[in-house]
Amino acid sequence: MGYPHKSHPRETPVLSKHFGDPEARTLAGWRQRGGYRALEQALGMSPADIVNVVKESGLRGRGGAGFPTGMKWSFMKPGDGKPHYLACNADESEPGTFKDREIMRWTPHALIEGCALGAHAIGAETAYIYIRGEFTEPLRVMEAAVREAYRDGILGKNAMGTTKRVDVHVHKGAGAYICGEETALMNSLEGRRGNPRIKPPFPAVSGLFGQPTTINNVETLAAVPHILTNSAQWYKEMCLSSPKSTGSKLFSVCGNIRKPGNYEVTMGFPFKEFLYDLCGGPLPGRTFKAIIPGGSSVPIQTLDEAEATLMDYEGFVAQGTMLGSGGVIVFDDTQCMVKQIARLARFYAHESCAQCTQCREGTAWTTRILERIENGEGQMDDLDTLLEIGENMTGKTICVLSDSCATPVFSGLQKWRHEFEAHIKQKRCPMRSAVAA
Amino acid sequence: MSASREEGGLHAPAHASHGSGGHGHGGTHTPIFTGERRQQLDELLTRYPNKMAGLLPALWMAQEAQGWVSEAAMEEIGGLLELTPAYVKGVVTFYTMYHQHPVGRHFIQVCTTSPCGVCGAEDVARAFLKHTGCGELGVTSPDGKYTVIEVECLGACGFATPVMINEEFIESVTPERVPEILGTLR
Repeated sequence: MGYPHKSHPRETPVLSKHFGDPEARTLAGWRQRGGYRALEQALGMSPADIVNVVKESGLRGRGGAGFPTGMKWSFMKPGDGKPHYLACNADESEPGTFKDREIMRWTPHALIEGCALGAHAIGAETAYIYIRGEFTEPLRVMEAAVREAYRDGILGKNAMGTTKRVDVHVHKGAGAYICGEETALMNSLEGRRGNPRIKPPFPAVSGLFGQPTTINNVETLAAVPHILTNSAQWYKEMCLSSPKSTGSKLFSVCGNIRKPGNYEVTMGFPFKEFLYDLCGGPLPGRTFKAIIPGGSSVPIQTLDEAEATLMDYEGFVAQGTMLGSGGVIVFDDTQCMVKQIARLARFYAHESCAQCTQCREGTAWTTRILERIENGEGQMDDLDTLLEIGENMTGKTICVLSDSCATPVFSGLQKWRHEFEAHIKQKRCPMRSAVAA
Repeated sequence: MSASREEGGLHAPAHASHGSGGHGHGGTHTPIFTGERRQQLDELLTRYPNKMAGLLPALWMAQEAQGWVSEAAMEEIGGLLELTPAYVKGVVTFYTMYHQHPVGRHFIQVCTTSPCGVCGAEDVARAFLKHTGCGELGVTSPDGKYTVIEVECLGACGFATPVMINEEFIESVTPERVPEILGTLR
């Protein structure tokens, strides 16, 4: 099906196959569509065998970092006598990204199945799905689906009639972008302020409640049941370019484009055809100017770079950016890059947890300078100051929020420096007057 | 920029009255966690290995009951979860969705982060300010009915501009739709 648009013939609808179909939300409807067969199969397998299948499939984390999922699961030592936990990161807050929202809204049982399966694979009895507080509808849908799964005996003391205990609980966040960072999420779930923790220790050693924990993104967990039922080989063959990037991937598309929404394509799909064929190209009379392909934290691409990109982990890196979370933000020729980068900086300044000096001060300082330039009050040496602050914000803090604020500033000054200089020389925003005229 | 971070100063008096929200913030505190709500909390606590993990859910329940989270509520929750009131307040002030003072009956959050910004979100926010009579972001309308704020990324960027009114999430809002949306609120 697809949502909000019908699936395009060139899409590979695996996770999005039932988006827009309210029947798929119910347990009966989900079973009719093949649901919970993978979990049944998995509960009869040893955890090590499941981890091997996931390793073999090549599945990598869909939250942003792209870490191999099977390898992450293998860090959880079986038989260590400690309680293990699975945390599902459903705190989708990266500007430009809204794929996990649709997975939870339309196919809640896909996520429950993925969580239960993942929990079994890492030797955990409990999985928590941490959903951002603003996702009221996905929360309602997930909570209803979890209740159904308990009623039906899929979850609980004897999961699917086995002797294994699997509990899945939904936990509601309360408004903080930083809680999408894995260790901040764990602090938040434990009832603390959502400050990221220093690593090491890594979550697999000491995570939730000080116990070994694996944390996976919604899309990653939702993909696992398909791998179990269809085989690792099937997943591995979904690959159009780099063999290190396998499977299908949801991309959320927004900003100045004709058909915003979620699209699922095979890894390695050409970005140019994606933008023009699937998403309908620019709005009438406009042209694309700049593209952020993987959520607001990744480097901004020029149109030339974007058009030369193949959509997988390696393909985006080859064109100077990252796949990230797959949140594609499109800016067209009516947008001022200074204004847009200033707005992104303002987002990070608002969301900084203020724990590290470089981030607390740097995000606010960067925002003030950028807004000053946008308002026609900047000076040429502000540009050097921005670069210097950016350097001091990169690789020096507990988490990467600080780096994420500096990233678009570097892109902007490297690729659209002339726009910054024009603001300073003309003492106003040239775009603003152009639009007003 | 949430109303709570801008206005809920650390030194706000416990029962300060901002606007005329009228959410039961009188001089005495009526316990929130009694009867069914207490049972619900106890059930929630069985999901976690310690009581502290019940803090965010308990704060949500308090806000649902009161319309905001008063210092008395923080104290009550602290007592139940074996946490100091100061600790609870430290957690409350971290998160933007807990109201530290009463807000309008309809709390309107308009997403204005970049992806919505380039699709005209600021005009949507302005339309809400105009039609609610709030005039300014974060200020409750004189009749206590509305508070409008700009919020950072609501995670529905393909449906610009998303707006949250209390627990309701509305997609693809344009300035033209604002009067009609407000008309459905009581």
